[in-house]
Amino acid sequence: MSAITPEEIVDSASIAAASTKRKSLWALAVRNTAVIFGGAILLVMLVIAILAPFLGTVDPTRIDPAARNKKPGTEITFRLDDGQTAKRVVLMGTDSLGRDVYSRVLYGTRVSLVIGVAVAVASIAIGLVIGLVSGYVRWADGIIMRIMDGLMAIPGILLAIALVSIWRAGLITVIFAIVVPDVPRVVRLVRSVVLSVREEPYVEGAISVGTPTWTLMFRHILPNTVAPLIVQGTFIAAAAIIAEAILSFLGIGIPPEIPSWGNIMAEGRTLFRVFPHNIFFPGIFLALTVLAINIMGDGLRDTLDPKMSKKV
Amino acid sequence: MLDFIIRRLIAIIPVLTVVAVFVFLMLRLTPGDPAAVIAGDNATSDQIADIRNKLGLDEPIWTQFVIWIGNILQGNFGESFFFKKTVAELIAQRVEPTLALAICTLVIAVAVAVPMGVLAAYRHGSLVDRFVMGFSVMGFSVPVFVIGYCLIYVFAIELGWLPVQGYVRIGVNFWGFLERMVLPSVTLAVVFVALIARMTRASVLEVLNEDYIRTARAKGLSNRVVLMRHALRNAAVPILTVIGLGIAGLIGGAVVTESVYGLPGLGRLTVEAVLSRDFPTIQTVILLFSVVYVVINLLIDISYTLFDPRIRY
Amino acid sequence: MSDKMTDTKRPVLEVRNLSVTLPAGADRVNAVEKVSFTVNPGEIVCLVGESGSGKSVIAFTIMGLLAKALKPSSGEILLEGENILAADESRLRELRCTRMSMIFQEPMTALNPVMTCGLQIDEVLATHTQLDAAERKSKIIAILDRVKLPEPERIYASYPHQLSGGQRQRIMIAMALVLDPVLLIADEPTTALDVTTQAEILKLIAELQEGQGTGVLFITHDFGVVAEIAHRVAVLRWGELVEMGPTEKILSRPEHAYTKMLISSVPSIHPVHRGVRKDGPTVLRTEKLGKTYSASAFFQKARVVKAAVDVDLDIRKGETLGIVGESGSGKSTVARCIARLIDPTGGKIFLGDTEIATMSAGKLRPHRRRVQIVFQDPYRSMNPRITIGESIIEGPMNFGLKRDEALARARKLMETVRLDPNSLDRYPHQFSGGQRQRICIARALAMEPELLIADEAVSALDVSVQKQVLELLDEIRVRLNLAVLFITHDLRVAAQICDYVAVMSKGRVVEYGSAEQVFGSPRDDYTKALFAAAPGRNWEFGKFAAA
Repeated sequence: MSAITPEEIVDSASIAAASTKRKSLWALAVRNTAVIFGGAILLVMLVIAILAPFLGTVDPTRIDPAARNKKPGTEITFRLDDGQTAKRVVLMGTDSLGRDVYSRVLYGTRVSLVIGVAVAVASIAIGLVIGLVSGYVRWADGIIMRIMDGLMAIPGILLAIALVSIWRAGLITVIFAIVVPDVPRVVRLVRSVVLSVREEPYVEGAISVGTPTWTLMFRHILPNTVAPLIVQGTFIAAAAIIAEAILSFLGIGIPPEIPSWGNIMAEGRTLFRVFPHNIFFPGIFLALTVLAINIMGDGLRDTLDPKMSKKV
Repeated sequence: MLDFIIRRLIAIIPVLTVVAVFVFLMLRLTPGDPAAVIAGDNATSDQIADIRNKLGLDEPIWTQFVIWIGNILQGNFGESFFFKKTVAELIAQRVEPTLALAICTLVIAVAVAVPMGVLAAYRHGSLVDRFVMGFSVMGFSVPVFVIGYCLIYVFAIELGWLPVQGYVRIGVNFWGFLERMVLPSVTLAVVFVALIARMTRASVLEVLNEDYIRTARAKGLSNRVVLMRHALRNAAVPILTVIGLGIAGLIGGAVVTESVYGLPGLGRLTVEAVLSRDFPTIQTVILLFSVVYVVINLLIDISYTLFDPRIRY
Repeated sequence: MSDKMTDTKRPVLEVRNLSVTLPAGADRVNAVEKVSFTVNPGEIVCLVGESGSGKSVIAFTIMGLLAKALKPSSGEILLEGENILAADESRLRELRCTRMSMIFQEPMTALNPVMTCGLQIDEVLATHTQLDAAERKSKIIAILDRVKLPEPERIYASYPHQLSGGQRQRIMIAMALVLDPVLLIADEPTTALDVTTQAEILKLIAELQEGQGTGVLFITHDFGVVAEIAHRVAVLRWGELVEMGPTEKILSRPEHAYTKMLISSVPSIHPVHRGVRKDGPTVLRTEKLGKTYSASAFFQKARVVKAAVDVDLDIRKGETLGIVGESGSGKSTVARCIARLIDPTGGKIFLGDTEIATMSAGKLRPHRRRVQIVFQDPYRSMNPRITIGESIIEGPMNFGLKRDEALARARKLMETVRLDPNSLDRYPHQFSGGQRQRICIARALAMEPELLIADEAVSALDVSVQKQVLELLDEIRVRLNLAVLFITHDLRVAAQICDYVAVMSKGRVVEYGSAEQVFGSPRDDYTKALFAAAPGRNWEFGKFAAA
């Protein structure tokens, strides 16, 4: 008999000593400084979006011909609904129609956050389904991937521009137009995860114990896509917010009366040299929000999906 | 090698077919009568009928597609209803600024980003690395037009060093051309620098973990030689790939940058066409950009052979 | 090597009291703990140990190539009397490849893929010598010739991917020895190679070092290799040197209990007489089983790879059939075809009386239960996200067993594989490699299969753990009267566990018979060559009682 007997292999001390590294991945992610920092900024933005009406704002669509093109900090007199007048300081100035930029920027937070979340959720949902089919159904794979390759050959913003040019602009069409170019990227990600996990011995083990395809998919394969998809989702959200701003800035996004950051900037373009505040204030909010999401995404990627950190 | 090029050329046919089908269907997917959409809101029924006739909209959809693709393959991209010119002419007029912008941007971006990425990887975890990564996240986060306006504000309005907007043809006044190219290229390069620097860093970092780097160090080579001779060339393929894929972002960014700086390029043409619902122009521009994108990536694919002898064709 | 010679010369390498600290949070404080040994000129010293013994850490410390997280905390490393642990980076660079060289485990990845082999050796000369280009070239051609590479001129201009694993390792050796260093460190240089290539490389290293009087520090986990090549042996466990001495003494009269246990665990290359019964019913029979891969593309000839050709096998109840062969021989392909993880392209597979080779996936499912497979890599064989209990009961529940019955079965099986039944609610990462392999066996047994396939199931395990798992497998075979198909590249393992052996080469079975017959009097030339190459085949490893 050898010095170490098989009985000694059952050593509960050694089993317990092996730390529970896997489970604490999420806990680790939540403790990551980048995630906390990005998350905190996002939380502030979320609070602004929800509490916009209570943060000293006025109706962001209210046009006031008497108060056009005021610089930030100017005191203006405006007429209330009951005919009386009141004075207020316009923190971020007014635009060429006399709308209060501060109010528009704060309300704009709502549009951007909605777009970010909606695009991320929609493109992941659609991409996940198509990606699973593509990774699993061999005959469909070829066709699906050719279509995805084709869609990816059209530069994203151009595809979105083309789509908004077909449908008349509105919030939903803009969201959809941004979703379409993102879907192929999600499909590719999901498909590559499915294909690589399928080769894992534990999946082959499950196949050889007669596990039905659906169980195989949901129990053994799908959970592997969660972490990369969450990471991908944050980057999609960030890019979507920028894409909406670009479309609106070019004047082909959501209707100009809706206060979105892109729209405010589009409105401020013509008089930029004299009144740069129309571009700077929403620009700062936009950059800060996207930065927060990207920083959070980097943090999530480093903790949840170290393999993906190699890719951009 | 030739074999490979031919095979790759064949491989892009399905991709371009999908693009063509999409572009073709674009108009047909519009709610309502495509002819009415093209004609615009104030068109008379005669005008609509005329357009309907010109586009052959009464034919079955397959016939329409064949006719359309046949025209395109012959270089006949149709006529712009808004600009009252053939689309081909229109595009020829607008190519130069976009091409100039793209080339300047690429040159600036690669020249800045690759050394940045290599340095960050080499000094992994140091302050330089943090700075590069920080810059890269910022670059991804600030939209191109915000960067553009900031640069205009500082360098053109406050300091007055460079013109605010506009374009001078390269053949007319080279110095004027260059002066007006600086800000737009730098603006557009920011995202690109972020992208390439990040990829360079990641790629070099990965290569530095390879066994052959350990071998190179075991040979007694200096760190500089290990980095430049062994690491960088092995890291080249992913860097090239990301540059190729980044062309899509470059095209998108050009649309915005041209609007900010008032450059009369294809990007501006795209926006103008969308605003005036000039579908023949939109279709052609999308087709053109997609073909350019696909072809550039094909060239990059082929160039891999120069960097990696394992990729045998 | 005579003792006189080592007495007169000072050692080329002297390691004194070396300790290397692991980063905080590791399972122990030091990767290497107060290790001392010497390597004399012309001597091959083997550092032997299981995974985690710190043997590679010592090698990398000497070269100064340690990962930044690891820090030498005490001791000295004297290379020809110079303490290189205290040397700065530029001095170390001067010494590398001139006085001390290293070759690595993975010849496939150790060479720069985008540089020709000649240029990679040229770099060494260009860095460390003043030779001009022509002199360097002729020196390189000479060393390529010395490491017995055919057509040195062609090899000089070749890229690594154009060469075989053995050829690449020769390039590495040429690179390491081109400047005649006094010390060569070889870190498991043959582990990734096939057994026939391994024999050639071992022979080459021994010849070259003897000719030049080079001291060699040879790191290995394989006692066969030790018996083949070492003059002296140092045995390591958990960073500590437990025993050191001349090879003959360590292998035949070990003193330390750990050394005794290790050597006793090495399977003998001579098959035991197992008294095979010829009367059991046939569980599995293959008839001209074949698997051909073909990749076709535009403008290219379809590349056809015949992974398995006309394989005829049969296994009876209670028998173990081993398939042995080198990498690429098709042995795993056959196993995976039989388990229907891949679809065979020709021939028949009879499971009892049922032909399953061409059965559709739907019809196959009820028969899946009858064949179970245990894979090589214990770290990837179980879904890391679900508990081992869930993994074990998944199969039985697929076939209609109720959850509590399945769990009861799982608890019993945990006892069968000698694991604590109360650990069913733990996750795979909480177990060691050997424990996981036991769990995989339990998962397979939970299906109550007729045929158990072990596809290199013990190859990733340390020798002591390997022995336990092998004993367990054999015990289970006897107890359940199972048919076992055992795939391995390790002849020693095959000799100990198989009743019958099929030797595969290039997709074909070249020899097939009882283990005694195949090992005792091989007929086929390939089989003979294979056995002749087995390291340490002339050494009978003793079985020692635990101290």
